Amino acid sequence: MSETIIILIKVVCALVWFLLITLYLTWVERKESAVIQDRIGANRASILGIRIIGLFQPFADAIKMIFKEDFTPRFSRRFLHNLAPFISFFFVAITISAIPFGDVLRIGGQEIKLQVMDINVGLLFVLAMLSLGIYGIILSGWSSNNRYALIGGMRGAAQLISYEVALGLSLIGLIMVYPSLNLSTIVHYQGELLFGWLPKWGVFLQPLGLLIFFFAALAETKRIPFDLPEGENEIVGFFTEYSGLKWGLFMMTDFMEVLIVSTLLTTLFFGGWQVPWLAADGFHFPWGSEWLLPHGIVVIFQVAAFNIKVFFFCWLQILIRWTYPRFRYDQVMDLGWKLLIPLSLANIVATAILLSI
Amino acid sequence: MTYRIQKEARKESLMLNMGPSHPATHGTTRIMLELDGEKILNAELEMGYLHRGFEKTCENKTYFNLLPYTDRLNYVSPLINNLAYVMTLEKMLGIESPERAQYIRVIMCELSRVCDHLTALAAMCMECGAFTVFLYKMKAREFIWDVMEQTTGARMTTSYIRIGGVKADLHQDWRTTLKKAINETRKVLKDIHGLMSKNKIFLNRTRDIAVVSPEFAINYGWTGPCLRSTGVNYDVRKAHPYLVYDKLDFEIPLGERGDNYDRYMVRMKEMEQSLRIVEQCMEKLDKDSSPGKLMAKGIEPAEAIRTSRVKKAEERIKLSPNLEGAEKDKYKDILFDGKKYIVPPKEDTYTNIEGLISHFKFFMKGHGIRPPKGGVYFSVEGGSGELGFYIVSDGTDKPYRLHLRAPCFHIVSSLEEIIRGHYIADVIPTFGSMNMIGGELDR
Repeated sequence: MSETIIILIKVVCALVWFLLITLYLTWVERKESAVIQDRIGANRASILGIRIIGLFQPFADAIKMIFKEDFTPRFSRRFLHNLAPFISFFFVAITISAIPFGDVLRIGGQEIKLQVMDINVGLLFVLAMLSLGIYGIILSGWSSNNRYALIGGMRGAAQLISYEVALGLSLIGLIMVYPSLNLSTIVHYQGELLFGWLPKWGVFLQPLGLLIFFFAALAETKRIPFDLPEGENEIVGFFTEYSGLKWGLFMMTDFMEVLIVSTLLTTLFFGGWQVPWLAADGFHFPWGSEWLLPHGIVVIFQVAAFNIKVFFFCWLQILIRWTYPRFRYDQVMDLGWKLLIPLSLANIVATAILLSI
Repeated sequence: MTYRIQKEARKESLMLNMGPSHPATHGTTRIMLELDGEKILNAELEMGYLHRGFEKTCENKTYFNLLPYTDRLNYVSPLINNLAYVMTLEKMLGIESPERAQYIRVIMCELSRVCDHLTALAAMCMECGAFTVFLYKMKAREFIWDVMEQTTGARMTTSYIRIGGVKADLHQDWRTTLKKAINETRKVLKDIHGLMSKNKIFLNRTRDIAVVSPEFAINYGWTGPCLRSTGVNYDVRKAHPYLVYDKLDFEIPLGERGDNYDRYMVRMKEMEQSLRIVEQCMEKLDKDSSPGKLMAKGIEPAEAIRTSRVKKAEERIKLSPNLEGAEKDKYKDILFDGKKYIVPPKEDTYTNIEGLISHFKFFMKGHGIRPPKGGVYFSVEGGSGELGFYIVSDGTDKPYRLHLRAPCFHIVSSLEEIIRGHYIADVIPTFGSMNMIGGELDR
């Protein structure tokens, strides 16, 4: 019984964290782009005249989207048209369940893993769910019965499938180094030290893998410079025929993908919840000194470290999105097939050789 | 109605209709595409959605009254339109504006050119996905528009350049505003060079896309930055100098390959040259005008009108701020000295009967400016090319026929040929690099 309650609490907490951060990611995107572009950014939404630099803006956006007319074109395939945004949303939202937010939390003699589901093949699960999201794009493009949406859907499908390959291959090197597909195990391995002082993070063991993964993951998020399925100046996008909350779901999916990519980068390459030299009982610095901490503080440190790392990568992705122009369709394919995939294969070979020595 | 492209299209290819309302067809233009996946097999361009009968309307307006209508042609650089029309008329009437007015005209036109290029490139970069660059350029344009607002009283529909000169002298603070505009624009240009000029993605998107040979460009009647990007050295300012351009030192940047990147680069370099021209003009104007000369002094207008009911007003009249620099004693600096062609000073109109009569004579139907019979063509270097007016006069106060040579008409006409074989994503930057302005294109 108590286990069920704990799982329920974990699910609720993870989802609330995920959705809230996603909501505020829209705010961060607006403000960050405003700072980049010498603007002020959204600051008008207020409750009883209190604005606090536009922090209520995400809620105003959500309310607006909910109350907008939900318009389904007469010429669309109604069922698929309605289904597509939910597929898109669902498969991204579910990935959060495999991400470890921290190590174990001990309350009243009970050990609670700060992770919704400790799946044995967590990494494969995340990749599979991200791939299934393609169906949302294809279905929306196809069922809209609009040529712009169709081109967008096709572009999206081609791009995501191509980059899925690079994404998967770039992680094989990582799996060879940390011999596990279990995300929490991978994070545990990253707590070890290299040469006695360097944390054994993925970024130090798999620098090339990180680069490939980062590029491929950027392409997965479908944002500039890889926003071909959307391409608002060219083809308007695969969600041309959507309005109201369904359009909002597609937008949410975009931001959720940014967040998921950040959490994956953190978990796989930047030690997840690991703080350098922080063990379960406190800090053990490489120069010999120690700083012992109670269990509660350690857990807070871990969760905070995870969050800070995730926010940093969200920030980085938004920065990239507002700096670069967009690729062209054939160039994206070239980059994926001719550069990233050969590089990731080379990475696997190099890792194998290094490991066998 | 079936279009040519529909008749010629293969059965299995996808037809895509870009426009007339599409986010990237500035204004309204329709591009019909026959696609094989992402590749363009064939294209057809349809323009005229913004046709408002400019030329015909002008036949029903007097020469002075149609001046504000020219603002609406290329709405990004309205001052150059004013200039083209006014210079044509000046050639017809055989008059020339004073030197100071000519320098002011050059400053305003070069600033307009910078505005025009900024807008064109901003749109082009945005269409490649770089929204930040777009806003940076809009920011620079804002500083330039501050100068224009201060000088002309309006941001867009200026009607500042008048027959025989300009509407008003410069504002007394013009140097500070202008210097600020130049500095800010330089800063933005530096930023843009950093963000775009060597950006690999942007280079991939624009290098060797929509390559145009010099022969093709000339055959289609291309002019301006687009023609120069193919390597043809033709600029109206150098080829047929007007105003004081022959006294100024500037270069004509040329491209080599005639692709989208060259069109971008030529515009970027041209903006720097334009800023150079403005600085030179500033120096020239510094020499022959002290700041005190630009101050409006005298009695209040209302008081002058009150006194004029009793006796002739003698004192100088201080005019309202929006007519700053348009006082009677500045007329000799900024307007041609000849009562027939210029609007009489407001001081005279409101305070003495002769002034009122000449005001009426100027605006009355059948009077006003009546050029001699005959046709005249004159062209200036507009934002996107040679902007020319051809006016035929039958001796009355209205043009018998007025024709506008809009530069982007000839350039945009060739779009369907040069995008053939490229990708959908290339249509939009190519279209942007041509700087299509609906008001001018469709007239």
